[in-house]
Amino acid sequence: MSKTHVKMTVNGKPVEALAEPRTLLIHFLREELNLTGPHIGCDTSHCGACTVDIDGKSVKSCTVFVGQAQDSEIKTIEGIAHPDGTLHAVQEAFRQHHGLQCGFCTPGMITRAYRLLQENPNPSEEEIRHGISGNLCRCTGYQNIVKAIQVAAEELSVKEAAQ
Amino acid sequence: MIPGSFDYHRPNTIDEAVGLLASHAGDAFILAGGHSLIPMMKLRMATPEHLIDIQDISELTGISVNADHIEIGAAVTQAQLIASADLSTHCPILSETALQIADPQIRNVGTIGGNVANGDPGNDMPAIMQLLDAAFVLRGPDGTRNVSARTFYEAAYFTARDESEILTAIRIPTPPAGHGHSYQKQKRKIGDYATAAAGVIVTMHNGTCTSASIALTNLADTPLWAEAASNALVGTSLDATAIDAAVSAARAITDPASDGRGPKEYRTHLAGIMVKRAIQTAHARAA
Repeated sequence: MSKTHVKMTVNGKPVEALAEPRTLLIHFLREELNLTGPHIGCDTSHCGACTVDIDGKSVKSCTVFVGQAQDSEIKTIEGIAHPDGTLHAVQEAFRQHHGLQCGFCTPGMITRAYRLLQENPNPSEEEIRHGISGNLCRCTGYQNIVKAIQVAAEELSVKEAAQ
Repeated sequence: MIPGSFDYHRPNTIDEAVGLLASHAGDAFILAGGHSLIPMMKLRMATPEHLIDIQDISELTGISVNADHIEIGAAVTQAQLIASADLSTHCPILSETALQIADPQIRNVGTIGGNVANGDPGNDMPAIMQLLDAAFVLRGPDGTRNVSARTFYEAAYFTARDESEILTAIRIPTPPAGHGHSYQKQKRKIGDYATAAAGVIVTMHNGTCTSASIALTNLADTPLWAEAASNALVGTSLDATAIDAAVSAARAITDPASDGRGPKEYRTHLAGIMVKRAIQTAHARAA
């Protein structure tokens, strides 16, 4: 069972490493790359705490082998803020509108919300709830999470209009 | 939970994949989206020595629709099914069902081929394939054969697919224009497997049902095509008597497990309600 050569782009940076094929993407991100933002929650693809973008699509990285992500572009919560360190509108809205309580689900929740707003910039409340249906918050703080995403959507559309 | 070790292969063609399966007979599994297989590997309930990742095989990713039939590549994801305008027009029960599977992240990865081929009675697409009288195209070392979805499922996780074969595509006779459809799925929470689910398509002509097909999910150890229930609708106006007859015929073939989703009696009861709602909704949508 030989190691395989893994090559991908993570948050804009090229990454190369040797990894056992059975390495799950979440373990590779957390343990090889020290990107501990994506969390391991249920480890069974239910909770969404490990959500990352692979080639512009939200995926649960606990249920992807590292080899499957070969040559892909990955974005984790660490890659969401702007390069100068200011928070992305989704992050800022979660902060301002109490979109987090214990914070465990937050990296996955924000990474998913970020992608949802790329796919659907003006979602209805129902579309937001369906859009984040793969992310569980055990504090059950959904009201404020949904509110934060609504505010972020407005912020982003105002910004877009100004440009 | 860490899966057992394996060698990872990523062929570019179906022939290459079939060759790999043949040379590692019994020790190699096909990896499509992996959202059924990887959890099984984490639990060490599956311990393949070789995984054959099919994501680079472009022959497996097409969707084509014409007046006669629909062909869907095995590696088409649920998200791609939902996004297909052609399928939404000609066979909308596919996207209606796909939207009731798991959640957005999983639908981005999970494939139609994996959903129908792994034989999990909780999966939703197998019943829809029986409903639509789909054929599964299997390629093995001896060539290609088609197996009807209505005879493909033998028991939970046991199907007519030989371990040396790959499901390459699904062929569906294009349902008649103006048909009504519905997939009704009762579940404990969003993303769950069905406690009971029923799919229905009907065609109406001058107020009379001219064709009908009904199938059931997670109500036995295989999907169920409810032939007698379907026949009970043909020639009627889909009035209350006809619906009652179909519901009774459908309930009669169910054999659900008593488990966390409820006792057998409850799930059988729900099966009847799902069939009734699916018939009514399909009727209302029929032209």
